[in-house]
Amino acid sequence: MPHDNSYTGQEFKVVGNRFARPDGVDKVTGRARYGADASAPGQLVARVLRSPHAHAKITKIDTAKAERLSGVKAVITSDDLPDLTGGDRGMADILENCMARGRALYDGHAVAAVAAVDEQTARKALKLIKVTYEVLPHVTDVDEAMKPEAPVIHDWVFTGGVNPQPTKPCNVANRTEMGHGDVDAGFAQADVVIERSYKTEQTHQGYIEPHACLASVNSDGSAEMWVTTQGPFSYRTVCASLLGMDLAKLKVTSSEIGGGFGGKTHVWAEPLALALSRKANRPVKLVMTRDEVFRATGPTASTSIDVKVGAKKNGEITAAELELRYQGGAFPGIWGMLGCMTGFACYDIANQRSVGWDVIVNRPKVAAYRAPSAPMAAYAVESIMDVVAEEIGMDPVDFRLKNVAKEGAQAPYGPIYGPIGIESALNAVKENPHMKVKLKKNQGRGVACGFWFNIGGQTCVDLNIGTDGSVNLAVGTVDVGGARSSMGMIAAEELGIDYEDVKVHVADTASLGHNDTTEGSRGTFSSGMATIFAARDAIEVLKERAAQMLDVPKESIQWENGTASATGAENSNLPTLTLKEIAAKSHNTGGPIAGHNEVTADGAGMGFAAHICDVEVDPETGLTKILKYTVVQDAGKAIHPDYVEGQFQGAAAQGIGWALNEEYVYGEDGRLQNPGFLDYRIPVCSDLPFIDTMILEIPNPNHPYGIRGVGETSIVPPLGAVGNAIANATGVRMNHAPMSPIRVLEALDRAGVSGDQVSAG
Amino acid sequence: MSEAVLVSTTVNGDVVEFACPTDEVLLDSLRDRVGLTGVKEGCGTGDCGACSITLDGQLVCSCLVLGVEADGRDITTVEGLTEDGELHPLQQKFIDHAALQCGVCTPGFLVAAKALLDRNPNPTETEIRYALAGNLCRCTGYDKIVRAVQASAKELNKARR
Repeated sequence: MPHDNSYTGQEFKVVGNRFARPDGVDKVTGRARYGADASAPGQLVARVLRSPHAHAKITKIDTAKAERLSGVKAVITSDDLPDLTGGDRGMADILENCMARGRALYDGHAVAAVAAVDEQTARKALKLIKVTYEVLPHVTDVDEAMKPEAPVIHDWVFTGGVNPQPTKPCNVANRTEMGHGDVDAGFAQADVVIERSYKTEQTHQGYIEPHACLASVNSDGSAEMWVTTQGPFSYRTVCASLLGMDLAKLKVTSSEIGGGFGGKTHVWAEPLALALSRKANRPVKLVMTRDEVFRATGPTASTSIDVKVGAKKNGEITAAELELRYQGGAFPGIWGMLGCMTGFACYDIANQRSVGWDVIVNRPKVAAYRAPSAPMAAYAVESIMDVVAEEIGMDPVDFRLKNVAKEGAQAPYGPIYGPIGIESALNAVKENPHMKVKLKKNQGRGVACGFWFNIGGQTCVDLNIGTDGSVNLAVGTVDVGGARSSMGMIAAEELGIDYEDVKVHVADTASLGHNDTTEGSRGTFSSGMATIFAARDAIEVLKERAAQMLDVPKESIQWENGTASATGAENSNLPTLTLKEIAAKSHNTGGPIAGHNEVTADGAGMGFAAHICDVEVDPETGLTKILKYTVVQDAGKAIHPDYVEGQFQGAAAQGIGWALNEEYVYGEDGRLQNPGFLDYRIPVCSDLPFIDTMILEIPNPNHPYGIRGVGETSIVPPLGAVGNAIANATGVRMNHAPMSPIRVLEALDRAGVSGDQVSAG
Repeated sequence: MSEAVLVSTTVNGDVVEFACPTDEVLLDSLRDRVGLTGVKEGCGTGDCGACSITLDGQLVCSCLVLGVEADGRDITTVEGLTEDGELHPLQQKFIDHAALQCGVCTPGFLVAAKALLDRNPNPTETEIRYALAGNLCRCTGYDKIVRAVQASAKELNKARR
């Protein structure tokens, strides 16, 4: 049945409240089962051997000794994963990233794997595998990799997006250009033109739960996999395709997921676990160490960015230009393109051009990380916005408001904006009491904006009403941060029943149709839409059953507050029927009552945020302390405000970590120097203040409840907000993130700023 | 397999015995031999606190203790916080304040927060933040965790009066 996804402005009874999450008790008692918490009878333990070299030819892998070790049940190399990708470059890259095929492309690249009866034996077996490497020249820096003299990593990469296409291979995989207007004419109209360059370092999603799975392949070709993932269906598609299995024969169950942030949208070692299980004919459990997580999964791109903005003295931006260089690790990415699409998205700039470069280096394959590519571009744009505002003598918030994107403005990537929330967010920032808090010596304040698209995508849910009237809702998007609660609230809202009467679970791939991966802030938007439609279908069934029970035509039945009643004076003596009463009689009226929905959820509402950050910079050590932080973001409609606030706070904290501490440090030898939480320092509790939040609700016109995705946007502004606050505190502009103590100290020294000269912002 | 030693220990009030290889960490013994998978491994190097337990009342990372060291000791894990089926106030407040998102760090936070409140029933915000600085959370930004601990302290103190 077709449904209308338009926003209707309906009043809510359940939605907008703060209910306890259905998985709460399991998670506070230790009963919730994550990726590493499942076991199977007879299971083996898998370990992966990884390259210690940044770039090396693998001339020989001798596994004979390992295979002879007592307790070893299978050893695999790339020979056990024949290339079945049939010319699909993207799949071939995934296959090669899972296990090196003749060449190790980065420190940590998988080379071989074993399955043994226990951990100790598996570790011992790894040491018995003899790999002969011929070390090749490597490059890990994005700017170095673009130089003509850089070692060329792949002989099949010819820069795309340039005309004519080069005939010589190089590390630049692709060039993207977008924009509109006449940039040269725009700069000619400007009173002030400023150019700056920025760098950002590589960061990791840093989910606390390492990748883990339990794979079991039977001799008849059927298989099951329990795995921590944001996308059980896409894991199934990719794994089945790489291993030559039928989709329907591979059942993937997503465990509770201990954080993902984009890093669990891609497969890493899961195909290896399946291949080992297939070879050993036993269940295989594979759990990564933290060292492996850092060296071989996840990270976001490091970047090098040039930005140029021209403005009139009245604050109007006449033209703007971005040139963005993103390294995607050892394989081509789409990261430069996403940078182009997002960089100027908060502003209405008539003449703009963004050019993005995707560059290959000897680092792990870059994965999505919360609003991928946007934070780096925003660091450059939000920093230069403050520089230009200062140059023309305008308040930085007023300067942003003067140029802010509104409904009807054109996005950098083409479309015309509908109703969006960035102007409201900036106005809310301006009025926020935070802006009036007095700053002391060495303290400063910065404001920055951020944008993320949000997506919809293929989604389906099953809503089954039990004979006692309680409801099971099966969804195919995973619950990363309270989504089951939101889905339960939406189902209860539609059906007119209590929140406690709905139990939501995340279905496995054998129990529900395909659902796209839970990414792009799509979970609540898409599964929320499908849940509304499924509940409305179920209500149609309930009405039909009520009509039978009351012996009236279905058309005379109305559904209100979880109750069916017959309209019309002639029916006024008929009883009303509750959902429970109708469900109890379902065996007499046609059997089980259910609602289903399959939809490609279109019309995701864009997410915009503006942040305020206060810092104190210690001029002796360069250490920056966050004193106060406020997030203002448009949620469209906050279904469960606690978990919306949680997304804002968590995203801001990740952005603050990126801004101040987090970075991959590579040595001259191309090896990662800090693959652990001690040296790759994510924010700890004592690093942060309370993070204040303000939820704006500017309804998304393309969702019945007005929902916009909220998960990602707020990781975008912090780099700029922190940088602007540091500049405000010290008078020194940082152009390299993370703005760690050593970089801040160097910048202060370069600028000749001593402790005495730093004054209140 | 390396040499194994018989370990007898008390876990959440129950006496437990298991044969433990001498190079096995207590985290793995608790998870794989005792079956308490509420104890999580986030790093294996004592940096994330997800495997926090108390050993004779002292807060430790179970990934930094050998299984054989548990012999004759008294262990409490997250599974031992519930009393007579009732959630500990910290557990309830973590749910009430939405102090967990993915929840994988939650067991460690609860054990560490209980250790704090046992020794300091009236911690300031700063004391809470430093007491929990050895527990990493990547989802929440710690805001709601600190609020949940503050609310628990308040409730526990009310009950004491």
